[in-house]
Amino acid sequence: MNFDDTPQEAAFRETARKWIDANAPKELHAELSKSSLGRIRLASRDIVEVGKAWQKKKADAGWACLHWPTEYGGRGATPIEKVIWQQEEGVYGKLTQPFQIGEGMCGPTVMAFGSEDAKRRYLPKLASGEEIWCQLFSEPSAGSDVAGLRTRAEKKGDNWVVNGQKIWTSGAHYSDYGLLIARTDPNVPKHKGLTMFFLDMKSPGVEVRPIKQANGMQEFNEVYFTDVVIPDSQRLGAVGEGWSVSLTTLMNERMSIGARLATGVPEMFEFCSNLMLEDGLAIDDPAVRSKLASWAAKSNALKYTSYRTISALSKGERPGPENSIGKLVSGMMLQDIATYAMDLQGGAGVLTGSDEETVQGQFQQMLLSSPSMRIAGGTDEILRNIIAERVLGLPGDIRVDKDVPYNKIPTKGR
Amino acid sequence: MNFDFSDDQKQLRDQARKFLAEKCSPKAVRVVLDGMAPYDKELWKGLAEMGFLGVAIPEEFGGAGAGHLELCVIAEEMGRANAPVPFSSTVYLAAEALLIAGSDAQKKKWLPTIASGEAIGTLALFEGKGNPSPKNVKLTAANGVLNGVKKPVADGAIADFAVVAARTGSSGRDSDISLFLVDLKGGGAEVKSLTNLDPTRGQAEITFKDCRAEPLGAAGEGWSILTQVLDRAAVLCAFEQVGGADRALEMGRDYALDRIAFGRQIGSFQAVKHMLADMYVSATLARSNSYYGAWALSTNAAELPEAAAAARISATQAFQHCAKNNIQVHGGMGFTWEFDCHMYYRRANAMALGLGSLSYWEDQLIERMRKKNAA
Repeated sequence: MNFDDTPQEAAFRETARKWIDANAPKELHAELSKSSLGRIRLASRDIVEVGKAWQKKKADAGWACLHWPTEYGGRGATPIEKVIWQQEEGVYGKLTQPFQIGEGMCGPTVMAFGSEDAKRRYLPKLASGEEIWCQLFSEPSAGSDVAGLRTRAEKKGDNWVVNGQKIWTSGAHYSDYGLLIARTDPNVPKHKGLTMFFLDMKSPGVEVRPIKQANGMQEFNEVYFTDVVIPDSQRLGAVGEGWSVSLTTLMNERMSIGARLATGVPEMFEFCSNLMLEDGLAIDDPAVRSKLASWAAKSNALKYTSYRTISALSKGERPGPENSIGKLVSGMMLQDIATYAMDLQGGAGVLTGSDEETVQGQFQQMLLSSPSMRIAGGTDEILRNIIAERVLGLPGDIRVDKDVPYNKIPTKGR
Repeated sequence: MNFDFSDDQKQLRDQARKFLAEKCSPKAVRVVLDGMAPYDKELWKGLAEMGFLGVAIPEEFGGAGAGHLELCVIAEEMGRANAPVPFSSTVYLAAEALLIAGSDAQKKKWLPTIASGEAIGTLALFEGKGNPSPKNVKLTAANGVLNGVKKPVADGAIADFAVVAARTGSSGRDSDISLFLVDLKGGGAEVKSLTNLDPTRGQAEITFKDCRAEPLGAAGEGWSILTQVLDRAAVLCAFEQVGGADRALEMGRDYALDRIAFGRQIGSFQAVKHMLADMYVSATLARSNSYYGAWALSTNAAELPEAAAAARISATQAFQHCAKNNIQVHGGMGFTWEFDCHMYYRRANAMALGLGSLSYWEDQLIERMRKKNAA
């Protein structure tokens, strides 16, 4: 048991560190360091624009999508080298936010199911950030039950014609390509009639509408498809095999470890260290300490859980669904921490104010944003099902729609 | 980075699990639970023969000289089996105190007898209510004799010797406290058994009346040594707690698969599934913090105080959580003496207090994080 680099790892780290030191956009360091809780604030620059510049620079020097093969724009690096890179990239890694869905989910799916031509055409540009990808899975009536999706793709000659609607699509408004799962046969049970595609987001008939969220921001979109034509060459996997293709996508999501999960603990620690209550600093209050310590212990544990995953990866083992705990724990913790931070502020906690830059102001935003952390990418309840079924081996839910043709499943509760 | 135990260490864990499955069945634990014996003497002998009691004791003092990582994997199995033996008192507390502060003569006298299973040791720290604090140590030491009362003392009634925290000054500083080594069979120490939450592990009151004692470590260094001992023990106990939590989770899972209600396995109801999933999450978090603690312990890293506190908190919470919900999954049967659920519930809640309560360690974690941030 050790945390030391092997000589090869140390050499790799040194090379990475030198390159970053010579090439990183240092003028953004202060702002990026201040950006926390998964939100990036750059005063005068657009994150996508700055992110693309950094990504391209990395790709040109072989530092983008490190674990991908070189012929597809990667470096052929080991999982552990990727982790070392992320550690060294530090705050600049926040600039990769617009590319994470592409790198973590869309790219690996294309790599597993795309033709050689498609892989050579699309993957290097995805890796270099020149083309951004989004993921079109969720629908208004297919959230946790994503296999219940309705968007139709019908075969017309060598093409597919798509009609329907997707929702919760992060980055759709600046994406060039999308990974799309659609129903190609409504006459068979729901899991069996799905097919995976990718498409040009600028295709005629694609309309992206931003969603105004409960926290007042606009980060997600609805995407409407009206007679959108997709060539059959952009199908990934066999017709009717879309569900198993999507499982590959989702498994890769779990493989993309090292994703920086915000817990709110460092912010809360700092806040309590400075907040003056009637009897002194908040951090000297036993009740505050008790809560803070439990959160800190959890946050440490998440870090070391990811180290255990990295160790397993480096031995060639495949991380399993046990990785689901990261989001489950951090999502709830963020919400609890935000609520308690406001409690400590007393009556004034209600004010959202304009001092969002200060640590104090962040908690109000965190409170308003945190519900999404417990929903996006698998709700808390779905994650608990995954743990219960795939880790603990408990029975799957009784699925009343399992053997029913999709078009015979009821669509309204009452 | 390799944040995992080695293949040899995992093999040792398997060996310990197999040994305990054979020698420490729930039926064997119940002999002690029901008061038929103060502890499982046969098991204790077996643990000595396997080399488990001295696994972290250097060879020159009669141990196996393996190390603390090896002790961690054995500790996990001891927790899993709910072993009714004075392992933590003797091995985590007494032996570690000797290793940290003992003179060569003291080590030579006691460590080989610990490794061979001949001597049981313990730490006598608490004096009634309260968490570890120099202020709570009232027992006095003067001219080599101790006067005062310690309670509760884990395994005090079966111990051959004790490491005793005593007051040797009144300046109000940590340096008022010194440690002493007492041969409990040498006269001057009167021992009385006390009933407690977990009858598979004894608790006692020890009254010292002009009891002869020899210093352990330098005078005035007692609190500093004790802090180190408690940190080490916190990591080792965390492994026991992780083992217990895992076993409680496993029992709950197995019952949820076996038990039919409303025409289906109760493990198919989300209310039950989610409860078990949450238990898994707690146990996993505790395991990860314990691994970090194990690393810090085995390398004597500067991070040990913070790592130990975090491991202690997570492991205490996880064991309590899993033991409590294991009963809930079992329903009424879980509340019978006949089912084993309550043995883990008792152990979880007793262990939560043994080295100082959860709130004590929460306080310690924050203090230690502050120190680190300030540095």
